[in-house]
Amino acid sequence: MCLAVPTKIISIDDNIAQVEFGGVLRTVSLDLVPEAKIDDYVLVHAGFAIQIVDEEEALKTLEMFREIIEHEVS
Amino acid sequence: MKFLKEYRDSGLARDILAEIISISKRRVKLMEVCGTHTVAIFRHGIREILPKNISLISGPGCPVCVTPNKHIDEAIEISRRPGVVLATFGDMMKVPGSASSLEAEKAAGADIRVVYSTMEALDIASRNPEQEVVFFGIGFETTSPTIAAAVLRAEKENLPNFSIVGAQKLIPEAMRALLAGDEIGISGFICPGHVSAIIGVKPYEFIAREFGIPAVVTGFEPVDILQGIYMLVKQIEEGAAKVEVQYNRGVPPEGNPHATAILYQVFEVTDALWRGIGTIPGTGLKLREEYSRYNAVTKFGIEITGEREHPGCKCGEVLKGMITPLECGLYSKACRPEHPVGPCMVSVEGTCAAYYKYGKRSD
Repeated sequence: MCLAVPTKIISIDDNIAQVEFGGVLRTVSLDLVPEAKIDDYVLVHAGFAIQIVDEEEALKTLEMFREIIEHEVS
Repeated sequence: MKFLKEYRDSGLARDILAEIISISKRRVKLMEVCGTHTVAIFRHGIREILPKNISLISGPGCPVCVTPNKHIDEAIEISRRPGVVLATFGDMMKVPGSASSLEAEKAAGADIRVVYSTMEALDIASRNPEQEVVFFGIGFETTSPTIAAAVLRAEKENLPNFSIVGAQKLIPEAMRALLAGDEIGISGFICPGHVSAIIGVKPYEFIAREFGIPAVVTGFEPVDILQGIYMLVKQIEEGAAKVEVQYNRGVPPEGNPHATAILYQVFEVTDALWRGIGTIPGTGLKLREEYSRYNAVTKFGIEITGEREHPGCKCGEVLKGMITPLECGLYSKACRPEHPVGPCMVSVEGTCAAYYKYGKRSD
């Protein structure tokens, strides 16, 4: 089961991160995203961070749709 | 929890649905090949709100469901060996093998532990050097790098008492096999979000190029899924066939090259047996020669013969999208979540379990 919710990295020690998920701290391995930094949002799967969430792209995707809808309405 | 509210915005979801309805003319069948999508689609009632000419079909996206009895029997056999701790994801516990299940074996005294991650299994191995710790490795491209990373850690930390039953699968070539024998007329694929977070978009390009159908890598929130469906429908209505990414925030085009490098450092591609589907070339992973000592099946000399499936279970046809659970004679009668006959009813990501949980009793 993929956990779809991005979690925020709070601390890192020897490639092991504490991430915050719904107010709860969990330990995840950064072995698959060694470039991740504190305050990054990461996708977590089975105890491993697998990808850093791209905030700019997240906003772009939402914006793209708002534009389509506004265009259709106007 | 970043970008949760925005992608669960019911107003935006309604607007996208209105757009889908306004552009959709043709009859289309869109297949999702990710169990998390299957669950999200049911949970948010997306099948019900779409116009009648758009059908969503669940494919072989539940890793527990596609694991054939052979591997379950191997894990059971290993768990019976003295001094073994078998570590597994929780969903595998109840899946019936040929004659038993891990849950039944645990009740009979085997040391079987549910873990959330391969790191937990490694931790058990590290704290119990006198025991053999075997991780039952199921999953797709999202999970396999975590298994590879565990093998590398076991090597680095010198844990010779750690090994795996490798039953992982690869998704894109399974999609090719589905299209090559397509009996249902798939018009487009909702591609998995987190498999793609690892592999990127290139492995799906053959779908558009060779089969002329679109594919959209999609996220898991309701707005994501509706947006993915919109992008597929738009392509189909315009006669286009491209691979697009809706889930840009989690899927860069190249995926996660570091994770794939770790994956293919430890494993190499082989053929794999899929429950109910058979052997699909190029959809399995086996430990490379230099890591073969971590192969629990050879380490314990396990040889499974005579594995069998329940004769009435139609999981295989459900996994290929050929039938819905409602067309299986066992569904909600002999096969229920509290007494599952097939894995599609066991796993929370199974199509039968999703139908059952969300009260689907008729089409």
